[in-house]
Amino acid sequence: MIISNTQEIPGKTIVEFFGLVSGSTVRAKHIGQDIMASLKNVVGGELTGYTELLSEARGEAIRRMSHQAEDVGANAIVNVRFATSSVAQGAAELFAYGTAVTVE
Amino acid sequence: MELLVLLVTPVMLLGAWISGGMLERRHLKSLLLLESGSSGVLAITIEDLPPDWHVESCELVMGNVVISQDYFKRVAASIKSIFGGNIGVLEPLLERARREALIRMKGVAHARGYDTIINVRIETATLASSRGNGKGTAGVEILAFGTAISLSNGRGAKV
Repeated sequence: MIISNTQEIPGKTIVEFFGLVSGSTVRAKHIGQDIMASLKNVVGGELTGYTELLSEARGEAIRRMSHQAEDVGANAIVNVRFATSSVAQGAAELFAYGTAVTVE
Repeated sequence: MELLVLLVTPVMLLGAWISGGMLERRHLKSLLLLESGSSGVLAITIEDLPPDWHVESCELVMGNVVISQDYFKRVAASIKSIFGGNIGVLEPLLERARREALIRMKGVAHARGYDTIINVRIETATLASSRGNGKGTAGVEILAFGTAISLSNGRGAKV
């Protein structure tokens, strides 16, 4: 599966469109890591736990999107976008979407 | 109890001021170091390539960072925001985070053997705090992403 955030896959041509595919996941950190993050909030700097959480979650959203694209018979996803929203306290939704296509 | 709050708050402010400033200087130093040796990956925000660039393969790459402001600067910013205008204490934080996210994205591309990233986008999201009434934010996430490409004829002197 070729995934790209460009309109076309560079060096290839799109021969078929399959429409929108998307994947999402809602994640929250367990309480221990939340407490660590709130302590880190006093001194500032990177909240490593959250960085990892979000990058893992985004990876999962991309995987789900890829599965969906595979199911419809596409071999690439173009124009991929991401959206992040805080749905509840301490939880975030990671959403990835794009257009499933066949490229040659 | 009130006495405790009166004592703890200045200590927290002072501690945050010292350590926050120290961490910021350290981060800026490491950013300079990483950027100077930033693996020669070219990141551009356009997606239409010059016609003589022959792309062999491409892949989505990204880099993210969640960063938070220290307590002292949060208090300073909330005081400053009463009067409005430019809130200078918040600017370095976001700038540092964007640079860090870009470096990470370039690092991923370099590790996978790409030397160019096209259509780079940078997004910002605030994360809600799990404490209190949810008014405070736990941090700000910066995500940089783009399409890493490798060229069959090399980027060479065209840049």
